[in-house]
Amino acid sequence: MSTLAHEHDHHHSPSGLKRWFFSTNHKDIGTLYLIFSLMMFFIGGAMAMIIRAELFQPGLQFVDPQFYNSMVTVHALIMIFGAVMPAGVGLANWMIPLMIGAPDMALPRMNNMSFWILPFGFALLISTLFMNGGGPAGGWTMYPPLVLQLGDAFPFLIFTVHILGVSSIMGAINIIATVFNMRAPGMTLMKMPLFVWTWVITAFLLIASLPVLAGAVTMLLTDKYFGTSFFSAAGGGDPVLFQHIFWFFGHPEVYILALPAFGIISTIIPTFSRKPLFGYASMVYATASIAILSFFVWAHHMFTVGMPIKGELFFMYATMLISVPTGVKVFNWMATMWKGAMTFETPMLFSIAFVILFTIGGFSGLMLGITPVDFQYHDTYFVVAHFHYVLLTGAVFALMAAVYYWLPKWTGYMYDEKLGKIHFWLSTIAANVLFFPQHFLGLAGMPRRIPDYNIQFADFNMISSIGGFAYGLSQLLFVYIVIKCALGGKKAKAQAWEGAKGLEWTVPSPAPFHTFETPPKLTKAMLEY
Amino acid sequence: MATKDIYYVPEGSKWPIFGSFALFVLFIGGALLFNGNTNAHTVLYIGVALVAYMFVGWFNDVIGESRSGKYSQQVDVSFRMGMGWFIFSEVMFFAAFFGALFYARMFSIPWLGGLGSGTATHEFLWSTFEAAWPLSVTPDPTNFDQPKDVIPAFGVPAINTLILLTSGVTVTIAHWALKANKRSTLNLWLAATVILGFVFVYFQAEEYAHAYGDLNLKLSSGIYGSTFYMLTGFHGFHVTMGAVMLLVILLRSFKGHFSKKDHFAFEAVAWYWHFVDVVWLGLFIFVYWV
Repeated sequence: MSTLAHEHDHHHSPSGLKRWFFSTNHKDIGTLYLIFSLMMFFIGGAMAMIIRAELFQPGLQFVDPQFYNSMVTVHALIMIFGAVMPAGVGLANWMIPLMIGAPDMALPRMNNMSFWILPFGFALLISTLFMNGGGPAGGWTMYPPLVLQLGDAFPFLIFTVHILGVSSIMGAINIIATVFNMRAPGMTLMKMPLFVWTWVITAFLLIASLPVLAGAVTMLLTDKYFGTSFFSAAGGGDPVLFQHIFWFFGHPEVYILALPAFGIISTIIPTFSRKPLFGYASMVYATASIAILSFFVWAHHMFTVGMPIKGELFFMYATMLISVPTGVKVFNWMATMWKGAMTFETPMLFSIAFVILFTIGGFSGLMLGITPVDFQYHDTYFVVAHFHYVLLTGAVFALMAAVYYWLPKWTGYMYDEKLGKIHFWLSTIAANVLFFPQHFLGLAGMPRRIPDYNIQFADFNMISSIGGFAYGLSQLLFVYIVIKCALGGKKAKAQAWEGAKGLEWTVPSPAPFHTFETPPKLTKAMLEY
Repeated sequence: MATKDIYYVPEGSKWPIFGSFALFVLFIGGALLFNGNTNAHTVLYIGVALVAYMFVGWFNDVIGESRSGKYSQQVDVSFRMGMGWFIFSEVMFFAAFFGALFYARMFSIPWLGGLGSGTATHEFLWSTFEAAWPLSVTPDPTNFDQPKDVIPAFGVPAINTLILLTSGVTVTIAHWALKANKRSTLNLWLAATVILGFVFVYFQAEEYAHAYGDLNLKLSSGIYGSTFYMLTGFHGFHVTMGAVMLLVILLRSFKGHFSKKDHFAFEAVAWYWHFVDVVWLGLFIFVYWV
């Protein structure tokens, strides 16, 4: 095994602060990304706790409405740009070079800059909460004219979006160059692990959509400070134009969060089913189809804004079309498990929960995508329930699965399986108690982004809040498990999981500082995912 | 695909984290400026200086590594992909502003003028508004600077089109000269390209002064002024950056950098130059002409 790793140490391994601040090592940068995203997960989570505490009972309890709206807005921005996206990039950093037999990412210094922009970017964002006029409170979608009423925080919000965009675009370019230029000989495109495929397609989505967001927020900035009229009907523009541009970014963004999760699930389910992935090629084509279609469905986020009927119909049908490749994926995962010799370690539990719960979120998305019924659901808690099913029990569960799956490779120790299972069950039960009642609240008419509500919604909100606190607390167990695993435990073998396939399992656990400095020789058995 | 060479993975570098901090300072300066803070300019200038220092230092390292032959063929391909996809991201940035232009011309102005489903909009908002492009009289004329006229396509903009197209040719001739190892021809045509680039920027600045001062066409002239200045402004900024990049390449060429086989920096800047050229063609057609 270690003959493949070539550990001759002709690079000295840096130590101390320099190792982390000046890093050009994909594993260290991946670790930084993952730790950062976990911290953001808890900061954004704390905001969610404030939200659920306020909604525990009708009436105003703890915070004033302006601050409540800030919490809703900043919670979303932090979870999307600070937790889920960096966690995905962290996994890409750690795993893609190991999976394709590359010595590092293609552009190692740029890789480090992609990371270090993030702490500065979020310092900008979080500082806005303490400014004159409060933090951003118009929702993470930043619709004008509401967002233009923001006080001193406004330019900081805009520049946060810009700087995070710079980071993501650099990260995406790096992933594309790595995947297309750094594969070991014999690793043809259609032999790449599916996680690599989903990430490279995600990278294309990032490069194509984030500059558009940067343009949109730049127009907000000039509308506020330079008197332009992009989003002002009085000057010949249109506030709805912002929604079009924003969602041209925003819908691909949804798949930026989801596609890496699909890749993770497509890696873990075959391992613990001890069968190759069912329909590898169809998975690749389905991922690409979802990505392409994602650029033609944006206006399903704005059916109620007053579009011509032809537009409504076009975007409805285009949206329905996405369920075809998504269905291909779900059925492929089920077919992979079919008659497999399955075991249910924590990563597998999270993956199976992902398949079920993400599909629930997908179905509620299908309901929202049907124009006439969306008029009832729009801006209600039904939408909140929908996107938390796809993002929390979807994307975040997949990320949890990935951490449990690769922790042995990162730390060299097995995590505590018993605690992992407890964490899984607590998270799954709590997340459903938290979000399932929100479907009913939405159907009954409870609006989003409101700190107070009618007394008829009281019971379901209380249940939802209890689920929320339980979910928040059970994530502390996750931190404990990860720290415990990093400090020691049962030694992990190079092949940590019996059924795992792929190059990352041919290097020792923990993976040495430098791997694949000369490209590995691939055998057929290594590529039978 | 991978060669047998060992891929060059640089040792740790201070520039990435330094650059992140520089951007942080720059953006704080910008935001403070918008908020009317008295120290904003100082912070902003420090930010600009730090960013510039980062660029100089980082590129210096890369040029040094390149000159000492550390880069294999495979590293070269990574740089090419990086530059190519960076330019694509720039295309998408401009796409947002072109999208705004097309939306205003095809949807929002006709609707405000009562077309299609906009009958009620027209009736209840500004019933005297007449849809037109270029839009001189905004739906609500009271709060906007009404332009006397707009810049005609076949004046300076047409000349500028010729200048940029010519500069695309000159940079290509310079490239051919480099590949044929004719250094003085290379320097000559590259210098011509740099000069054409700065002449374009000069004409554009003159045009702005004319439009702003004489024609009263401003950012605050409604959607026409907004799209006009934002599109041409961001383009002009990119041309300026491109011309500075060309100038750096010219100075490196004077110092004898680049060989007939190995000159990716030259090519990257040439690609960028062609990109600003193509964006200009879009601008000339859709902003000035039709």
